[in-house]
Amino acid sequence: MNNLQYKVVVGLEIHVHLCTKTKMFCGCAMEYGARPNSRVCPVCLGMPGVLPVMNKQAIEYAVLAALALNCKIAEFTKWDRKSYYYPDLPKNYQISQYDLPLGAHGFIEIAVEGGRSKKIRIRRVHLEEDAGKNLHSAGNFSQVDLNRAGAPLLEIVTEPEVNGAAEVRALAVELQRIVRYLGVSEADMQKGHMRFEPNINLVVTKDGSEHKTPIAEVKNLNSFRALEKSVEYEIRRQLDNFQETGEVMQMGNKSTRGWDDVNEVTVLQREKEEAHDYRYFPEPDLVPVEVKSRWLEEIRGHLCELPLKKQMRYVEQYGLSAYDAGVLTAERSTAEFFEDVVKGGGEPKRVCNWITQDGLRLANERGCSVRKLGITPQQVAKLTSMIVSGDISSTAATSVTNIMTTRIGIDPHLIAKEESLLQKSDASELEKVVEQVLAENSKAVEDVKSGGKKNEKARSFLLGQVMQKTKGQANPKIVSEILSKKLN
Amino acid sequence: MSGELLNKDCRQLREAIAAGRAKSVEATKAVFEAINKYEPVIGAYISTFEKQALAKAKEVDDKIAAGEAVGELAGVPVAIKDNLCSTFGATTCASKILENFHSPYNATVIEKLLAADAVIVGKTNMDEFAMGSSTENSGLKRTVNPWDTSRVPGGSSGGSAAAVAGRLCFAALGSDTGGSIRQPAAFCGVVGLKPTYGRVSRYGLVAYGSSLDQIGPVTRTVSDCALMMNVIAGHDEKDSTSVGESIAPVCNYLEKLDEPISRPLRGRLRIGVVPELNAGSDNDVQNAIAEAIEVYKKLGAETVEIEMPHFDYAIAAYYVIATAEASSNLARYDGVHYGHRTASKADYIEVYTKSRAEGFGKEVKRRIMLGTYALSSGYYDAYYLKALKVRNLIRGDFTNAFERCDCVMMPVSPTTAFKIGEKVDDPLKMYLSDVYTIAANLAGVPSISIPCGFDENNLPIGLQILAAAFAEEKLLRIARMFEMQTEWHQRRPAMPE
Repeated sequence: MNNLQYKVVVGLEIHVHLCTKTKMFCGCAMEYGARPNSRVCPVCLGMPGVLPVMNKQAIEYAVLAALALNCKIAEFTKWDRKSYYYPDLPKNYQISQYDLPLGAHGFIEIAVEGGRSKKIRIRRVHLEEDAGKNLHSAGNFSQVDLNRAGAPLLEIVTEPEVNGAAEVRALAVELQRIVRYLGVSEADMQKGHMRFEPNINLVVTKDGSEHKTPIAEVKNLNSFRALEKSVEYEIRRQLDNFQETGEVMQMGNKSTRGWDDVNEVTVLQREKEEAHDYRYFPEPDLVPVEVKSRWLEEIRGHLCELPLKKQMRYVEQYGLSAYDAGVLTAERSTAEFFEDVVKGGGEPKRVCNWITQDGLRLANERGCSVRKLGITPQQVAKLTSMIVSGDISSTAATSVTNIMTTRIGIDPHLIAKEESLLQKSDASELEKVVEQVLAENSKAVEDVKSGGKKNEKARSFLLGQVMQKTKGQANPKIVSEILSKKLN
Repeated sequence: MSGELLNKDCRQLREAIAAGRAKSVEATKAVFEAINKYEPVIGAYISTFEKQALAKAKEVDDKIAAGEAVGELAGVPVAIKDNLCSTFGATTCASKILENFHSPYNATVIEKLLAADAVIVGKTNMDEFAMGSSTENSGLKRTVNPWDTSRVPGGSSGGSAAAVAGRLCFAALGSDTGGSIRQPAAFCGVVGLKPTYGRVSRYGLVAYGSSLDQIGPVTRTVSDCALMMNVIAGHDEKDSTSVGESIAPVCNYLEKLDEPISRPLRGRLRIGVVPELNAGSDNDVQNAIAEAIEVYKKLGAETVEIEMPHFDYAIAAYYVIATAEASSNLARYDGVHYGHRTASKADYIEVYTKSRAEGFGKEVKRRIMLGTYALSSGYYDAYYLKALKVRNLIRGDFTNAFERCDCVMMPVSPTTAFKIGEKVDDPLKMYLSDVYTIAANLAGVPSISIPCGFDENNLPIGLQILAAAFAEEKLLRIARMFEMQTEWHQRRPAMPE
């Protein structure tokens, strides 16, 4: 039953909130979590007589994102009205872009298995205003919060060439990294800054021919996990359904399903695709937008090295593991901090270890970025060189790091010294201590020399005695070397 | 005394008030006396603000007494069409659906009037949502023509035109989507200007056909019209379609108003005429237009025959574009967001349909249906897209015309004011009465209607003069040339009591 060959086909419709200061067409501040209907004005309320005025920053953010997605930017683009009646839509039409989207024919590169990348083509990228939010928790009536109404929203549509749940997740993660790198969105899925609607179906090979299952569009996905799980669930459901009924894709049998996060299943919302007629026509209240080459170049100047490229470069250039490179590039500020430390002379692998262990631990504890810990790249460069040279142990380095966050700007070497965390690496000095320990512990020396089971235990004991005598400041590596020399 | 004040035009009144020779309070009182006397018959106003108006008038008088600077319309009582949002009174658009709508903000033009120290006396009746040519489509009241109370005042700014003609204010604002300022101005024997699209901010004008709507003055004289334009014209950052100063600077329209237009080379004003167009009008109208052109010729003007090959398609294109935009603009009046809400308890779809069915009048429903149809998938190309193409061709006709002449003259309307009820059952016939005015809206060019005679029933006839985009200064000067030679604008209706 389960030996059918099949291919998963997913296309995504993605909405990303741009983090402009004000809304798309009015001066209202954008603020998540504000008291309902407190961030509104006549314009975003769609009052009779009001007119929209375009937010230039939104266009710039949208163009920047479209450029990062390798889109061709339209020189001439315009606004259109999309009509539908719904309580969360104040004007009963949405200002959007129809036939001349701001960007088209792009692609996004995502990480796939084996450290390779895959290009997913982007069909179009356009800008529109968000609707409000209907709240149904008030008894036998509903309420509408219009704080979100008029927020600038970037809609991204991919070609249906994402093949599987893991790829869907990789794409989502990558897109989040990209928009965060560009600083155009906070891209927090829980807060609805980023909404993914996958369109999923399967191409099943049976009896030598291919059968396409009906497309299901899944909504209400508010985490990467839900996104991935919903695709996995749909694959199983569609496969089962195909085997039971043999139903294949045809005109009008696309369905809309909602994600039930508790039971981890998709639930049918609309059986058949309603014949929507949005009656698009050009928005007469706004003038068309011309993205002239000078403006475009100015915006292009804000592009940066994209996260996946950076990640792959770290692996190649610094020999980091793909995992570590991924952690370092998860956020732009972390990656930039890493690069600053390396530029300042830090050894990349050590720096990577410091950031992924001490740096990010502290940052997480304090809810800030690594850069905001109060530790400069120069300090980290110095600290990591001290580890390399053996002046300090990794454990002691952690203590120094902790102190550096409170004693801002103090040289890590000085801190290590003051706190007696520097290691003794002077071989002649340590040799004396070793000789003393050997003299005092003839039994253990015997055990080592006799070999056999007791050898290792006795060696550790002797090492421990040396460390005790040096108050833990001896470089254990050097002590071991001296011990070996003396005992063999 | 008060009668004397009422006979002044805005310029004279403002001058007298500013010089301390007259009081705004007196002028305002005179206006309300006239309103109390004639309004029950004329029905020009949906709402009036006597207390507020007198307070403002007093404020202006006090300022003048204190020697403070005052605005260009200091103390002048004016009216505004009830589709302009104001924080005082309701903004009804003469629709039951908005009967109780109170705007939290003022339209930009209202802010400008107030800043110019105008005294706003009331808001005038109109065809519901500005859809109509007779004001008979008002969902709230009936307005009659002061020249003949059995006749319509024209529309949709019928209340504004009747108020100005009937001396129930000194000047008014109207809005013009397909002739809604010029045609009622012609029917009521006053001056009405539709400015170039983008010359006056539309912010706060309840939209009908957004790409066609313009706010403009209705006045007794051309010079008052220039004065009103000085106050209301200009770029507004709240209206992206209002044109910036760098593209078309606003000038002082009064400055050279009295200087006739003469051109450097031949010293002649060139008037474009389209002979075959005029033929569609009543004889009295045709004759009045011809005589008006003769007046200009005596002043040294010459006529140039021009072609308007696409003029015939203007009405068809207009009723596609305007209704399409209207169907979208009026979507928000659904009982949930704005407007009358049905009393019947129902799900939200039913609340929408019932509220709209109960709130909108017949003509508004007709136009919403037309527009929705025109935008529907499968029909868009055949209707809306084609209408836009026609619009471009008409624009081209005007561009070509204005290469050969300074202005184009034609009737405002094929007839004078018609009888109340005459056309209400024949919407197509009603639509055709806009035949001469619609093209200016489609092309976006400015157009003025000035009184140029009377027909056999002693009903006013309007001369329409059109000029190139943003040529308001020239247009007003051309109109003023005629006004200085004629006395049509000084005739007053015998007011019914």
